[in-house]
Amino acid sequence: MQVSSDPSPVRLHVVTGKGGTGKTTVAAALALALAADGGHVLLVETEGRQGIAQLFDTPPLPYEERRVAVARGGGEVKALAIDVEEALLDYLDMFYNLRRAGRALRKMGAIDFATAIAPGLRDVLLTGKIKESVTRRHDGHRVYDAVVVDAPPTGRITRFLGVTAEMAQLARSGPIKTQSDGVMAVLRSSQTAVHLVTLLEDMPVQETADAIAELTEAKLPIGSVFVNMVTDPVLPLDGLDRAVEGTLSGADLAPGLAPAHLPGGDELAEALAVEAIEHAQRWASQDELREEVEALGRPTVELPLLAGPMDLGCLFELAGRLEEHLRAEAEGADRGVSIAARNERGAERPAGATGSTA
Amino acid sequence: MSAPAEQPRSAKPSRPAPVAPAMDLEALIEDPATRIVVCCGAGGVGKTTTSAALALAAAEAGRTVVVLTIDPARRLAQSLGLEELDNEPRRVDVPEAPGELHAMMLDMKRTFDDIVVAHSTPDRARQILENPFYQSLSSSFSGTQEYMAMEKLGQLRASDQWDLIIVDTPPSRSALDFLDAPNKMGRFLDGTMIRLLAGSGRAGLKFASAGFMFFSKIISKILGGQLLRDISAFVAALDTMFGGFRERATATYELLRRPGTWFVVVATPEPDALREASYFVDRLSAEGMPLAGLVVNRTHPPATTLLSATRAEGAAERVIEADAEGADLAAAALRVHAERMIQAAREQHLADRFTSAHPEVAVRTVPAAAGDVHDLDGLRVMAEELTGPDDDTPTGTPRTRILPARRA
Repeated sequence: MQVSSDPSPVRLHVVTGKGGTGKTTVAAALALALAADGGHVLLVETEGRQGIAQLFDTPPLPYEERRVAVARGGGEVKALAIDVEEALLDYLDMFYNLRRAGRALRKMGAIDFATAIAPGLRDVLLTGKIKESVTRRHDGHRVYDAVVVDAPPTGRITRFLGVTAEMAQLARSGPIKTQSDGVMAVLRSSQTAVHLVTLLEDMPVQETADAIAELTEAKLPIGSVFVNMVTDPVLPLDGLDRAVEGTLSGADLAPGLAPAHLPGGDELAEALAVEAIEHAQRWASQDELREEVEALGRPTVELPLLAGPMDLGCLFELAGRLEEHLRAEAEGADRGVSIAARNERGAERPAGATGSTA
Repeated sequence: MSAPAEQPRSAKPSRPAPVAPAMDLEALIEDPATRIVVCCGAGGVGKTTTSAALALAAAEAGRTVVVLTIDPARRLAQSLGLEELDNEPRRVDVPEAPGELHAMMLDMKRTFDDIVVAHSTPDRARQILENPFYQSLSSSFSGTQEYMAMEKLGQLRASDQWDLIIVDTPPSRSALDFLDAPNKMGRFLDGTMIRLLAGSGRAGLKFASAGFMFFSKIISKILGGQLLRDISAFVAALDTMFGGFRERATATYELLRRPGTWFVVVATPEPDALREASYFVDRLSAEGMPLAGLVVNRTHPPATTLLSATRAEGAAERVIEADAEGADLAAAALRVHAERMIQAAREQHLADRFTSAHPEVAVRTVPAAAGDVHDLDGLRVMAEELTGPDDDTPTGTPRTRILPARRA
């Protein structure tokens, strides 16, 4: 295993979350955070929806590593949208020298077919490519300081990462099996952290808890929980309590409103109270879920809901928050409580199972 | 199977947004001629809650209704008595409802297994059920869930136990997957490729072309030879089972075109969800399937439209300057209103864009609840929002809209 002077040993950040929680945005912001101060980071898209291109406002990404952002201190983020068919052709080429034959197969629809009969094949190709970029070296140096993966949603993440089990069932022999074993070695090492994005809503929090249980079961290293789109209450504290209880009324607002001479009188004051109550109760039902998030027992960072459409400026703002979190995590790692070490199995993992088998 | 119909949807900025017709879901679910309602839309828009709320409303209107859910939130499932995954409808206790509400959660593997068992001898069924390829196909082939949802719908309809079946569609990325999956799967299982592959493992290679033998060699190189043998055994067993998956898929699909079936498209007021809804509406019209309308779920209509966002912001500043008693609270309430107006305007704008492209599609907006809907009371509130009279709102804004027409 490579002994590095990096503050954090984690180099592969896998970001998952329930659909709609903003995992692509968080993955992109995390990549920017890791690139600050001169880091070279690869941001990988696995679901073929070109969400990264949209976020960075670039044309759709081809199957090649393209720079999408620069960060201070000479840092940069490159992005890659993995195309499964291309990855399979790469693979045929690498192992069998079969690129041209592969193209012919694609014309026959055979590659579609192969990925359809063995859904795990898709994931093997994707994770294989991810592993390759994590371990790639040029002139003896790592090409990327970190790789961030915009991974499939929580419902699929364990299966996605647990390729060995999936493929062992279907392809009990052959090179795919060998390949998956190498990938698993990296995924289960302390170089990897699977982060979960959630909202303060019932289903996302529940799915996060389920995913943590599944990932633990599959011996995959769990990183942080990112609570996304967090809002602060607009109301001052005294009014907030009454609003949450639902006892705030137009009469409470009327004296303060009077100097503004607004139309609508009491009717308006009542309507404003109704909206304030809804606002407060919505906030309160989110706030209640904080306890459940805390009970997950993972390092947690809250990211604010930003007004307006998501753009590069917003991404850098979120990245700033994540940088603080990464620094705190790194300090924790220095004191010997790294993300991986917090996983129960972290301590008893044999040395041979770490990334050096790549 | 035709490709998804992508009709050009041109923006017409010069014309004011047409007014969407109102959707009368109450009449729809109470009509004895309505036998199936399919709720579809992108993932995460509230299809399951919408289905359950409509089913509750139908039961309270006196109908015997079953709601087929795919992947309900745990607490909602519990409130419907769906802890047990037995793949059969269960009666939900709704006090004082003149009708009956039944609910079930789809178990896709079990539904697939049941088809196998129903169509073959015990020996053969066991052979198939134990086949590793079948196990992978029935639990993880993309589209199995959609296909099995349709299968189950077919079974429920055939049993004729219910006046009304409400179906929640699987949480796939694209709403179109629900319509495409059965055919995709049928095509796959009946396809040349799989037949040839099966043949290459079974009857020798005398009919296979050189190109195909090469293909087969590669597949076995990549996936290992065992998989080919499993597929071959599976296809052989399947052949004797019934006339082919494609025919079965077509028959199930036809069910959706029968009179008495209605589609309700659900979206949230977000660009992606409404884009999906738009594709789906085009597709339904291309397939001649009846559309009841669009539910725009989780909207944020303001409690008053007397004050615009800009004026509310200005008023908040004046209130702070005047510093009367309770100024902080009053100013905060004004800011809450300003945010609310901005959000509502954005949502209305998105809904208007949908209506510009599909002026004939009826719309019903459903305001967001403060928390998650996870019990019968929450469902009842939502049912009220779905089926209540169009103009019966606190601000008088019709339920087809989020803001009054003139403000948008």
